[in-house]
Amino acid sequence: MLADTRFFTFASPPRFYALAGRLIPWLWAATALLAIAGLYVGFFQAPTDATQGDAYRIIFIHVPAAWMSMLLYMVMAFWAAIGWAFNARLAAMVARAIAPTGAMFTFAALWSGALWGKPTWGTWWVWDARLTSELILLFLYLGYMALVNAIDDTRRADQAGALLAVIGSVNVPIIYFSVKWWNTLHQGATISATTAPKMVATMLTAMLLMTLACWAYAFAVVFTRTRAVIAERERDAKWLNELVPS
Amino acid sequence: MTWGSASEFFAMGGYGFYVWGSFGLIALCMAADALTAIKRHRDARAAHSEPGENS
Repeated sequence: MLADTRFFTFASPPRFYALAGRLIPWLWAATALLAIAGLYVGFFQAPTDATQGDAYRIIFIHVPAAWMSMLLYMVMAFWAAIGWAFNARLAAMVARAIAPTGAMFTFAALWSGALWGKPTWGTWWVWDARLTSELILLFLYLGYMALVNAIDDTRRADQAGALLAVIGSVNVPIIYFSVKWWNTLHQGATISATTAPKMVATMLTAMLLMTLACWAYAFAVVFTRTRAVIAERERDAKWLNELVPS
Repeated sequence: MTWGSASEFFAMGGYGFYVWGSFGLIALCMAADALTAIKRHRDARAAHSEPGENS
Protein backbone atom coordinates (compact mmCIF):
# COMPACT_ATOMS: atom_id res chain seq x y z
CA MET A 1 0.00 0.00 0.00
CA LEU A 2 2.62 2.53 1.04
CA ALA A 3 4.98 1.47 -1.71
CA ASP A 4 2.72 2.82 -4.45
CA THR A 5 1.65 5.97 -2.61
CA ARG A 6 2.34 9.04 -4.68
CA PHE A 7 1.52 12.71 -4.35
CA PHE A 8 -1.83 12.42 -6.09
CA THR A 9 -2.74 8.97 -4.74
CA PHE A 10 -5.45 10.32 -2.45
CA ALA A 11 -6.84 12.59 -5.16
CA SER A 12 -8.51 9.43 -6.44
CA PRO A 13 -12.03 9.19 -4.98
CA PRO A 14 -11.79 5.45 -4.11
CA ARG A 15 -8.47 5.93 -2.30
CA PHE A 16 -9.72 9.02 -0.50
CA TYR A 17 -12.97 7.27 0.42
CA ALA A 18 -11.07 4.42 2.08
CA LEU A 19 -8.51 6.65 3.81
CA ALA A 20 -11.16 9.05 5.17
CA GLY A 21 -13.18 6.10 6.44
CA ARG A 22 -10.21 4.95 8.50
CA LEU A 23 -9.44 8.45 9.84
CA ILE A 24 -12.97 9.50 10.85
CA PRO A 25 -13.20 7.49 14.14
CA TRP A 26 -9.84 8.93 15.27
CA LEU A 27 -10.95 12.45 14.37
CA TRP A 28 -14.09 12.02 16.48
CA ALA A 29 -12.01 10.74 19.38
CA ALA A 30 -9.70 13.76 19.07
CA THR A 31 -12.71 16.09 18.92
CA ALA A 32 -14.16 14.65 22.12
CA LEU A 33 -10.88 14.68 24.07
CA LEU A 34 -9.92 18.21 23.00
CA ALA A 35 -13.42 19.58 23.66
CA ILE A 36 -13.54 18.02 27.14
CA ALA A 37 -10.09 19.38 27.96
CA GLY A 38 -10.93 22.82 26.53
CA LEU A 39 -14.25 23.09 28.37
CA TYR A 40 -12.62 21.91 31.60
CA VAL A 41 -9.86 24.52 31.44
CA GLY A 42 -12.30 27.18 30.21
CA PHE A 43 -14.92 26.67 32.90
CA PHE A 44 -12.95 25.33 35.87
CA GLN A 45 -9.39 26.64 35.54
CA ALA A 46 -9.72 30.04 33.89
CA PRO A 47 -10.56 32.79 36.40
CA THR A 48 -13.54 35.14 36.22
CA ASP A 49 -12.70 38.24 34.16
CA ALA A 50 -12.27 41.45 36.16
CA THR A 51 -14.37 43.63 33.84
CA GLN A 52 -16.72 41.25 32.02
CA GLY A 53 -17.44 38.76 34.80
CA ASP A 54 -18.24 35.28 33.54
CA ALA A 55 -19.83 36.53 30.31
CA TYR A 56 -16.34 36.53 28.77
CA ARG A 57 -16.35 32.69 28.80
CA ILE A 58 -18.32 32.91 25.54
CA ILE A 59 -14.91 33.65 23.99
CA PHE A 60 -14.01 29.94 24.26
CA ILE A 61 -16.53 29.10 21.55
CA HIS A 62 -16.91 32.49 19.84
CA VAL A 63 -13.30 32.95 18.70
CA PRO A 64 -12.76 29.33 17.55
CA ALA A 65 -16.07 29.46 15.61
CA ALA A 66 -15.12 32.79 14.00
CA TRP A 67 -11.66 31.48 13.03
CA MET A 68 -13.17 28.31 11.57
CA SER A 69 -15.74 30.31 9.59
CA MET A 70 -12.96 32.26 7.83
CA LEU A 71 -10.52 29.36 7.49
CA LEU A 72 -13.11 26.96 6.07
CA TYR A 73 -14.17 29.57 3.52
CA MET A 74 -10.60 29.94 2.27
CA VAL A 75 -10.16 26.14 2.15
CA MET A 76 -13.47 25.79 0.30
CA ALA A 77 -12.51 28.48 -2.24
CA PHE A 78 -9.07 26.88 -2.68
CA TRP A 79 -10.42 23.40 -3.45
CA ALA A 80 -13.21 24.80 -5.61
CA ALA A 81 -10.57 26.68 -7.65
CA ILE A 82 -8.34 23.59 -7.91
CA GLY A 83 -11.34 21.54 -9.00
CA TRP A 84 -12.16 24.10 -11.68
CA ALA A 85 -8.62 24.74 -12.93
CA PHE A 86 -7.47 21.12 -13.10
CA ASN A 87 -10.85 19.46 -13.53
CA ALA A 88 -10.07 17.54 -10.33
CA ARG A 89 -13.19 15.70 -9.27
CA LEU A 90 -12.31 15.13 -5.64
CA ALA A 91 -11.34 18.78 -5.07
CA ALA A 92 -14.77 19.95 -6.26
CA MET A 93 -16.45 17.39 -4.01
CA VAL A 94 -14.45 18.52 -0.98
CA ALA A 95 -15.42 22.15 -1.68
CA ARG A 96 -19.10 21.19 -1.63
CA ALA A 97 -18.63 19.15 1.53
CA ILE A 98 -17.07 22.09 3.39
CA ALA A 99 -19.86 24.63 2.72
CA PRO A 100 -22.52 23.48 5.25
CA THR A 101 -19.96 23.15 8.07
CA GLY A 102 -18.51 26.57 7.23
CA ALA A 103 -21.98 28.10 7.25
CA MET A 104 -22.67 26.43 10.60
CA PHE A 105 -19.51 27.92 12.17
CA THR A 106 -20.36 31.36 10.71
CA PHE A 107 -23.80 31.19 12.28
CA ALA A 108 -22.19 30.03 15.55
CA ALA A 109 -19.84 33.05 15.54
CA LEU A 110 -22.72 35.46 14.87
CA TRP A 111 -24.97 33.83 17.46
CA SER A 112 -22.38 33.72 20.25
CA GLY A 113 -21.34 37.26 19.29
CA ALA A 114 -24.91 38.50 19.75
CA LEU A 115 -25.20 36.74 23.12
CA TRP A 116 -21.88 38.23 24.16
CA GLY A 117 -22.68 41.70 22.82
CA LYS A 118 -25.93 42.06 24.76
CA PRO A 119 -24.41 41.95 28.28
CA THR A 120 -21.14 43.71 27.41
CA TRP A 121 -22.07 46.29 24.73
CA GLY A 122 -25.76 46.56 25.63
CA THR A 123 -26.90 45.49 22.17
CA TRP A 124 -27.38 42.21 20.27
CA TRP A 125 -26.20 43.66 16.98
CA VAL A 126 -24.57 46.71 15.41
CA TRP A 127 -24.05 47.33 11.69
CA ASP A 128 -20.31 47.80 12.00
CA ALA A 129 -17.66 46.45 9.64
CA ARG A 130 -16.77 43.29 11.57
CA LEU A 131 -20.32 42.10 12.15
CA THR A 132 -21.59 43.07 8.72
CA SER A 133 -18.72 41.39 6.84
CA GLU A 134 -19.20 38.22 8.93
CA LEU A 135 -22.91 38.28 8.02
CA ILE A 136 -21.91 38.61 4.35
CA LEU A 137 -19.73 35.51 4.84
CA LEU A 138 -22.82 33.59 5.95
CA PHE A 139 -24.66 34.73 2.82
CA LEU A 140 -21.68 33.70 0.66
CA TYR A 141 -21.80 30.18 2.10
CA LEU A 142 -25.58 29.97 1.65
CA GLY A 143 -25.33 31.43 -1.86
CA TYR A 144 -22.65 28.91 -2.81
CA MET A 145 -24.79 26.02 -1.52
CA ALA A 146 -27.91 27.30 -3.31
CA LEU A 147 -26.00 27.83 -6.55
CA VAL A 148 -24.36 24.40 -6.76
CA ASN A 149 -27.66 22.74 -5.87
CA ALA A 150 -29.64 24.74 -8.43
CA ILE A 151 -27.60 23.60 -11.46
CA ASP A 152 -28.29 20.06 -12.59
CA ASP A 153 -25.11 19.53 -14.62
CA THR A 154 -22.59 18.60 -11.91
CA ARG A 155 -19.52 19.99 -13.67
CA ARG A 156 -21.19 23.28 -14.55
CA ALA A 157 -22.51 23.56 -11.00
CA ASP A 158 -18.99 23.03 -9.62
CA GLN A 159 -17.57 25.66 -11.99
CA ALA A 160 -20.24 28.24 -11.15
CA GLY A 161 -19.73 27.52 -7.45
CA ALA A 162 -15.97 27.90 -7.80
CA LEU A 163 -16.39 31.32 -9.43
CA LEU A 164 -18.65 32.49 -6.60
CA ALA A 165 -16.35 31.04 -3.92
CA VAL A 166 -13.22 32.64 -5.37
CA ILE A 167 -14.78 36.08 -5.85
CA GLY A 168 -16.28 35.89 -2.36
CA SER A 169 -12.90 35.15 -0.80
CA VAL A 170 -12.02 38.90 -0.90
CA ASN A 171 -14.46 39.20 1.99
CA VAL A 172 -12.29 37.11 4.33
CA PRO A 173 -9.38 39.57 4.71
CA ILE A 174 -11.99 42.32 5.08
CA ILE A 175 -13.46 40.46 8.08
CA TYR A 176 -10.04 39.82 9.54
CA PHE A 177 -8.72 43.39 9.27
CA SER A 178 -12.06 45.16 9.79
CA VAL A 179 -11.28 45.90 13.44
CA LYS A 180 -8.10 47.71 12.34
CA TRP A 181 -9.47 49.53 9.30
CA TRP A 182 -12.69 50.89 10.80
CA ASN A 183 -13.85 52.17 14.14
CA THR A 184 -15.91 49.52 15.83
CA LEU A 185 -17.35 48.30 19.09
CA HIS A 186 -15.70 44.97 18.43
CA GLN A 187 -12.44 44.40 20.25
CA GLY A 188 -9.20 43.92 18.33
CA ALA A 189 -7.46 40.63 17.65
CA THR A 190 -7.01 38.47 20.75
CA ILE A 191 -3.98 36.68 19.38
CA SER A 192 -1.39 38.27 17.15
CA ALA A 193 1.94 37.16 15.80
CA THR A 194 3.65 40.43 16.74
CA THR A 195 2.48 41.11 20.29
CA ALA A 196 2.13 39.10 23.48
CA PRO A 197 -1.34 37.56 24.02
CA LYS A 198 -3.68 39.91 25.88
CA MET A 199 -5.00 37.21 28.19
CA VAL A 200 -3.86 34.96 31.03
CA ALA A 201 -2.37 31.58 30.21
CA THR A 202 -5.36 29.44 31.27
CA MET A 203 -7.73 31.49 29.10
CA LEU A 204 -5.38 31.17 26.16
CA THR A 205 -4.98 27.41 26.73
CA ALA A 206 -8.76 26.91 26.83
CA MET A 207 -9.24 28.89 23.64
CA LEU A 208 -6.52 26.98 21.78
CA LEU A 209 -7.85 23.59 22.95
CA MET A 210 -11.34 24.56 21.77
CA THR A 211 -9.88 25.69 18.44
CA LEU A 212 -8.14 22.33 17.99
CA ALA A 213 -11.40 20.56 18.90
CA CYS A 214 -13.18 22.57 16.19
CA TRP A 215 -10.44 21.61 13.69
CA ALA A 216 -10.80 17.91 14.46
CA TYR A 217 -14.59 18.26 14.30
CA ALA A 218 -14.42 20.03 10.93
CA PHE A 219 -12.17 17.32 9.48
CA ALA A 220 -14.48 14.57 10.77
CA VAL A 221 -17.66 16.14 9.39
CA VAL A 222 -16.14 17.30 6.09
CA PHE A 223 -14.61 13.85 5.48
CA THR A 224 -17.96 12.20 6.26
CA ARG A 225 -19.79 14.54 3.89
CA THR A 226 -17.14 14.10 1.19
CA ARG A 227 -17.65 10.33 1.45
CA ALA A 228 -21.40 10.93 1.04
CA VAL A 229 -20.82 13.07 -2.08
CA ILE A 230 -18.47 10.42 -3.52
CA ALA A 231 -21.04 7.69 -2.87
CA GLU A 232 -23.74 9.80 -4.53
CA ARG A 233 -21.68 10.66 -7.61
CA GLU A 234 -20.02 7.29 -8.13
CA ARG A 235 -23.44 5.69 -8.04
CA ASP A 236 -22.62 2.97 -10.53
CA ALA A 237 -18.97 2.50 -9.69
CA LYS A 238 -18.07 -1.09 -9.00
CA TRP A 239 -15.44 -0.30 -6.39
CA LEU A 240 -18.02 1.18 -4.01
CA ASN A 241 -20.13 -1.96 -4.02
CA GLU A 242 -17.07 -4.09 -3.43
CA LEU A 243 -16.27 -2.27 -0.20
CA VAL A 244 -17.55 -3.62 3.07
CA PRO A 245 -20.65 -1.70 4.27
CA SER A 246 -20.16 1.74 5.90
CA MET B 1 -11.60 26.40 41.61
CA THR B 2 -13.86 29.31 40.72
CA TRP B 3 -17.21 27.86 41.74
CA GLY B 4 -18.51 27.27 45.28
CA SER B 5 -21.48 25.17 44.21
CA ALA B 6 -23.26 23.70 41.20
CA SER B 7 -25.90 26.43 41.22
CA GLU B 8 -23.16 29.08 41.21
CA PHE B 9 -21.65 27.32 38.21
CA PHE B 10 -24.91 27.31 36.28
CA ALA B 11 -25.64 30.93 37.21
CA MET B 12 -22.31 32.04 35.63
CA GLY B 13 -22.24 35.17 37.78
CA GLY B 14 -25.62 36.25 36.40
CA TYR B 15 -24.65 35.63 32.76
CA GLY B 16 -25.98 32.07 32.63
CA PHE B 17 -28.50 32.82 29.88
CA TYR B 18 -25.83 34.27 27.60
CA VAL B 19 -23.09 31.72 28.31
CA TRP B 20 -25.29 28.60 28.19
CA GLY B 21 -27.34 30.05 25.33
CA SER B 22 -24.14 30.31 23.29
CA PHE B 23 -22.64 26.95 24.16
CA GLY B 24 -25.99 25.12 24.13
CA LEU B 25 -27.25 26.21 20.74
CA ILE B 26 -23.83 25.84 19.13
CA ALA B 27 -23.53 22.28 20.50
CA LEU B 28 -26.94 21.52 18.97
CA CYS B 29 -25.91 23.02 15.61
CA MET B 30 -22.65 21.05 15.58
CA ALA B 31 -24.53 17.83 16.40
CA ALA B 32 -27.09 18.53 13.66
CA ASP B 33 -24.35 19.24 11.11
CA ALA B 34 -22.56 16.00 11.98
CA LEU B 35 -25.73 13.87 12.03
CA THR B 36 -26.99 15.15 8.66
CA ALA B 37 -23.57 14.36 7.13
CA ILE B 38 -23.63 10.84 8.62
CA LYS B 39 -27.21 10.29 7.43
CA ARG B 40 -26.40 11.55 3.95
CA HIS B 41 -23.54 9.07 3.71
CA ARG B 42 -25.71 6.23 5.00
CA ASP B 43 -28.50 7.03 2.53
CA ALA B 44 -26.03 7.17 -0.35
CA ARG B 45 -24.59 3.78 0.59
CA ALA B 46 -28.06 2.29 1.09
CA ALA B 47 -28.98 3.34 -2.45
CA HIS B 48 -26.10 1.17 -3.69
CA SER B 49 -26.99 -2.01 -1.90
CA GLU B 50 -30.59 -2.04 -3.16
CA PRO B 51 -30.50 -4.34 -6.19
CA GLY B 52 -31.91 -2.92 -9.39
CA GLU B 53 -31.91 0.61 -8.00
CA ASN B 54 -29.17 1.88 -10.27
CA SER B 55 -29.76 -0.09 -13.41
